[in-house]
Amino acid sequence: MALKKFAVGCFDEEGTLFHAVARVREAGYKIHDVYTPFPVHGLDKAMGLRDTSLHTAGFIYGLTGTTTAVTFMSWVFTKDWPVNIGGKPHFALPAWIPITFELTVLMAAVGMVLTFCYICQLAPFVKKHHFHPRATDDLFVMVIECGEKTDKVAVKALLTDLHATEVNTQVAEDGWWIGRYDKEQKLYHEPIVA
Amino acid sequence: MSLIKYESQVREPLIDGHKTYHDVTEDICHTIEAKPTRLWYIGFYISVALLLFGVYAVYREVTYGIGQWNLGRTVGWGWDITNFVWWVGIGHAGTLISAILLLFRQRWRTGVNRAAEAMTIFAVMCAGQFPIFHMGRVWMAFFTLPYPNTRGPLWPNFNSPLMWDVFAISTYFIVSLLFWYSGLIPDLATIRDRARTKLRKHLYGIASFGWTGSTKHWQRHESLSLVLAGLSTPLVLSVHTIVSFDFATSIVPGWHTTIFPPYFVAGAIFSGFAMVQTLMLVMRKVMRLEAYITVNHIEVMNKVIVLTGSIVGCAYLTELFMAWYSMVPYEQDHFFKYRIAGPYGWSYWLMMTCNVISPQLFWFKKLRRNIAFTFVMSIVVNIGMWFERFVIIVTSVYRDYLPSAWSIYYRPSIWEIGFYLGTFGLFFTCFFLFAKYFPVIAIAEIKHVLKTSGQSYKEKMGGMEKLSARAFHDNVHHGDEEHETHVKVAHH
Repeated sequence: MALKKFAVGCFDEEGTLFHAVARVREAGYKIHDVYTPFPVHGLDKAMGLRDTSLHTAGFIYGLTGTTTAVTFMSWVFTKDWPVNIGGKPHFALPAWIPITFELTVLMAAVGMVLTFCYICQLAPFVKKHHFHPRATDDLFVMVIECGEKTDKVAVKALLTDLHATEVNTQVAEDGWWIGRYDKEQKLYHEPIVA
Repeated sequence: MSLIKYESQVREPLIDGHKTYHDVTEDICHTIEAKPTRLWYIGFYISVALLLFGVYAVYREVTYGIGQWNLGRTVGWGWDITNFVWWVGIGHAGTLISAILLLFRQRWRTGVNRAAEAMTIFAVMCAGQFPIFHMGRVWMAFFTLPYPNTRGPLWPNFNSPLMWDVFAISTYFIVSLLFWYSGLIPDLATIRDRARTKLRKHLYGIASFGWTGSTKHWQRHESLSLVLAGLSTPLVLSVHTIVSFDFATSIVPGWHTTIFPPYFVAGAIFSGFAMVQTLMLVMRKVMRLEAYITVNHIEVMNKVIVLTGSIVGCAYLTELFMAWYSMVPYEQDHFFKYRIAGPYGWSYWLMMTCNVISPQLFWFKKLRRNIAFTFVMSIVVNIGMWFERFVIIVTSVYRDYLPSAWSIYYRPSIWEIGFYLGTFGLFFTCFFLFAKYFPVIAIAEIKHVLKTSGQSYKEKMGGMEKLSARAFHDNVHHGDEEHETHVKVAHH
């Protein structure tokens, strides 16, 4: 938990956003994040983010499921309590395929979702700072981190120059905390469009 | 950049009207933010009433035992397992739409996937009730779980198809729920950020897990969706395969059939899409979502229905052929004397009419795009698919090998029917709540395809498509130069 200063620029088009991201990076500023209402393909590359390895984690969880199912069932039927079912083999691998498969899928899916929530710091009651309420609606919000030496006027001028529709500076927490949205976020006041 | 994602004019726009991103948000959120209509209340109360009747029917069964149902010595599986298989089948379309169509890059799925996934979850919830209460002593249901117990420990038989079912259905439910909810998080955040009341802000704030829309989070979210889709694709096929193993691994004539797994999976997709149609046609009208669930969407789903209906029809004929070809008198009697004829012959022919013959009308484009006709057909198909399971289950067991073990005519008791109606109550209660409090269309996914599949883009590209190759090239190139000069100017 640390308060930091940020310059915020809002864009209403992906086209201008991509251009702006490239220019801001060229100018040597540190992009804290870009908040978008939907996944914009290629934006992660443009921002220089590395690929996620979440799928590798999923693979490992899946493998754990396979191993658990096979070892457990073979232990039960060959060591712990071997049951004679019409003289059929105790180690009945083909009959275990369905459960092995299901457990593989179950562990991979549950493990991946939990990992996803953990690394993205998502959970019920988690509160984060939102730079613009319409970042989940129709605006692409670029947030630039401002250090001690950053010239805020120049940053804002650059953002305006890059066709940002709205430019401001904010002081905010960059992490998460336990909080309530109704107490810490303003209510929406725009008229309902019928 | 947008030129690279060129999509031909041959395909109709998936989103009608010249929508902006904000329009999409407004269109989908307005029903959540407005007060429920009178129609909603009427539907909701009817569903709750049905649910309560179901609860009473189940209460009778639990208190007085399974004798409350008309199951007998040979018909040990009747309406309960028929309903179980029927609901599980319906629960297949959601994951099919969200997972398999995601892998196949079918963009039209974005209009219907969210509601279809919700339908899946509720249908699986309904399905699960039947085998659980069929156990009779339902308080012993946890005996199916492999937990270290004081009886040895005595483990469940992992070689049994009924045990596979426990794993398959519960895995399917959990994975579908995770898939659905992880997709919902960004959309719940949209509703949270638009909330006009404190309570709404608080509750959607909890439900949206503190989602911000960060690029890194989106990147992981995309990866998660893709892998979950990859996992769900074989899962959805495995679940109905395993359900079919409940029958196919037995030696009962009529059940002992190797064609069951693909036949059941096709039937599941068939009935699932029919249920999606029933729900979507009402939903798009009541919630004014005609721009997102277009006639094009309906037509595409009708194509899936005619395809899977024909596969199912082939399977029915294959069964008859194999019974004749096998030269096993019991098989032949079961199919030709007790199934297509005999006291339950009417149910076989009802199934044939609803599932095989009537969907063939969807070969006509006019009928595929006719909303009223589609609605009627979707109900006809679901009646047919219910009778398919009834035919498979009841007509295979009501006459055993020896005439002394033939049962009297099986018909359900009021509590068996009540249990079935109760699951309708459960399903629609959940669905009404979902339609009121959750975004019924995946907002973020619609926005994601808006630029390439929306009407504005299609119209712009329509002109582009008529250009000659040279003119097209010049056009693209000209755009590039303009862009570069613009960058240069900005540099200076």
